[in-house]
Amino acid sequence: MTDLLIKLIPVFPLIAVIANGIFGRYLWSHEWAHRIAWGSVGLSFLCTIGVVSDIIQTGTAHEVIVYQWIFGGDLTINLAYLVDPLTCAMLLVVTGVGFLIHVYSVGYMHGEHGFTRFFTYMNLFMVSMLLLVMGNNYAVLFIGWEGVGLCSYLLIGYYYDKVSAAQAASKAFVVNRIGDAGFLLAIFLVFMNFQTLDYTKVFAEVGHLSPGMATAIALCLLIGAVGKSAQIPLYTWLPDAMEGPTPVSALIHAATMVTAGVYMIVRNHAIYDLSSTAMFWVGVIGGTTALFAATIGLVQNDIKRVLAYSTVSQLGYMFLGCGIGAYTAAIFHLMTHAFFKALLFLSAGSVIHALGGEQDIRKMGGLSHKIPWTHKLFFIGTIAIAGIPPFAGFWSKDEIMAHAFTHHQYVLYGMAAIGAFLTSFYMFRLTYLTFYGQSRMDHHTEEHIHESPMVMIIPLMVLGLLSLAGGFIGFPPDHGWLHQFLAPVAGAGSEHEASTGVVLSLMMIASSIALFGWALAHYLYSMNPTASDRWAAKARLAYTTLLNKYYVDELYDLLFVEPTKKLGLLLDWFDRVVVDGIVRGVGQMAELGAAGSTWAEKHVIYGVINIVGYGNHLMAKQWRQLQSGMVHHYAAIIVAGLFLLAVVIQLIVQR
Amino acid sequence: MVPLSAYVAVSAVLFITGLLGVLIRRNFIIVLMAVEIMLNAANINLVAFSHYLESMAGQLVALFVIAIAAGEAAVGLAIIIVVFRGKISTNVDEMNLLKW
Repeated sequence: MTDLLIKLIPVFPLIAVIANGIFGRYLWSHEWAHRIAWGSVGLSFLCTIGVVSDIIQTGTAHEVIVYQWIFGGDLTINLAYLVDPLTCAMLLVVTGVGFLIHVYSVGYMHGEHGFTRFFTYMNLFMVSMLLLVMGNNYAVLFIGWEGVGLCSYLLIGYYYDKVSAAQAASKAFVVNRIGDAGFLLAIFLVFMNFQTLDYTKVFAEVGHLSPGMATAIALCLLIGAVGKSAQIPLYTWLPDAMEGPTPVSALIHAATMVTAGVYMIVRNHAIYDLSSTAMFWVGVIGGTTALFAATIGLVQNDIKRVLAYSTVSQLGYMFLGCGIGAYTAAIFHLMTHAFFKALLFLSAGSVIHALGGEQDIRKMGGLSHKIPWTHKLFFIGTIAIAGIPPFAGFWSKDEIMAHAFTHHQYVLYGMAAIGAFLTSFYMFRLTYLTFYGQSRMDHHTEEHIHESPMVMIIPLMVLGLLSLAGGFIGFPPDHGWLHQFLAPVAGAGSEHEASTGVVLSLMMIASSIALFGWALAHYLYSMNPTASDRWAAKARLAYTTLLNKYYVDELYDLLFVEPTKKLGLLLDWFDRVVVDGIVRGVGQMAELGAAGSTWAEKHVIYGVINIVGYGNHLMAKQWRQLQSGMVHHYAAIIVAGLFLLAVVIQLIVQR
Repeated sequence: MVPLSAYVAVSAVLFITGLLGVLIRRNFIIVLMAVEIMLNAANINLVAFSHYLESMAGQLVALFVIAIAAGEAAVGLAIIIVVFRGKISTNVDEMNLLKW
């Protein structure tokens, strides 16, 4: 029964993709297209609940082979699913949050051109993401990995007639390719060492791996994870990905796809555990990204870009958690982050919807009374991400930071703490600038402000509830329900068991950091609105650097994009002059040869053939006289022949 | 008791007669009759050997030959009639339509 449910989970969205993708434009209206879309994800969610409740009761992982895909020699790859507690956690996030976002999209995308196309891509994304988290081997993981990349590309470029959207889509795709190349290398290395790609078999024999090989595999996997999860140095695509519709940003670029890298590292923690070098780099990349992205988030003026940098930063926390071996904490933060970041993005979408497409927070302000529901829900999300207890973000972020502290990674702890302060500050800055103070909108926009329809508000309420209370699945820290559930797959809890006093004081520090960030934002943007400008003017250099995102995009342009373009031009020249020259030369030689052989054929070969033909003709003139047409001539010839035959036989017999 | 060689000699004489008739005579009807003579020469051989070897197979084949000879005569005469209608002649030399 459970096996059947597992098989059904990805099937519903797949049916929706086929139905909407092929027939949606012709056979039914938008009404039916969105019903099919969210209905299918809802059914997947129901199946997921069935599967998860079964696994909670029995505690056993299910491995289901759907289809034997590639077999021959020592290579066997099945389209098969492995559903263990880790997959369950991911499934709940993907289908649950995915369902809510699908419902929200019905309101947000209402009346958009390409409505059916949007839902087709969203469902295709669900299928890929489900394959990614459910696959029982690296090949299925890779299919899902590429599938979500494709859907990300398609949905970032949803407004394909907008140049910036098309460019952002290409950028996301190309940057992800770099990561994918590393991931592919890792898969090849895994196959080279284990002759199989199945997780269970690989992890059973992982002990035979040499330390160098383990490091190589882990680092290659890390490259893949860094690309997909937008970490330094490959994070540049994620802020640009905000060109897509807001539900896409919420679903793909906050809640699910970008967390695939974290999922992959946790899934492969058996390999990472063998290599302290790889773990070190995971932690360093995570910590640096958490801090680095948070600083950029401080000064951005686009509501979605602030959220994008905060996503990069929060993903950094998850990597940091992985890097110190706190896998459960990383997954915990992944789940709470999915809740509150989806909430933040969707409420930001609600704001954008209310203002008719305005995304610049300098042109907002004073919205708290005009769109009260959106305001309340956005505020809940802000508190959750800032890490103020007892909201969801506090528990998971605090746990990661506490692990960093108890593992004596004080540098990483410091980075995370400063990052947490900055996170709290820029999120409250965003809230203040958007919802409080004087209105900075133009008259026309202000007149048309309207609260979003219920179809958008209700999913927001559910997400708000989850952001409020979702943290309690991991309460108390390190011994919560989630920790016990994930214990079989994420390794045993930390061996550095901290005393209750340390845990409590770390919690106090974390919450005071968050509250201090709030207080600073309150001072700068509510009590003393001109102060922020003065501060910016004082630190002009730092401010412009941050505003221009440390010029990383420009640096990459200079280092990679421009040389690539130059190389392209060089290759174009080479192609036109050298390769085309050779081709043309060969062509001309062939032409000459053809002329020569035409002459030879006309004069030599035809001559010979004609001689043979004419000779035959002459001979035939004589021989055909033999055929007189008179029967008795033939009879005479037969008799003569018989006689001759008789004579010959006689001679042979006599001899 | 007539020896086998006598039958064979008679048969040979008859066969040569028929053969010469086919090759030399120009009248289609005579040619046809000469063919009959050749068939009968063969029949004599068959029956004589059948008796000599004490096997009924030869006589059986002779009966078949007689039947085929009857058929051959019928077809041959029909062809002669058709050709005669076109040519008003039964001269074999004038029938050379089969040449190249």
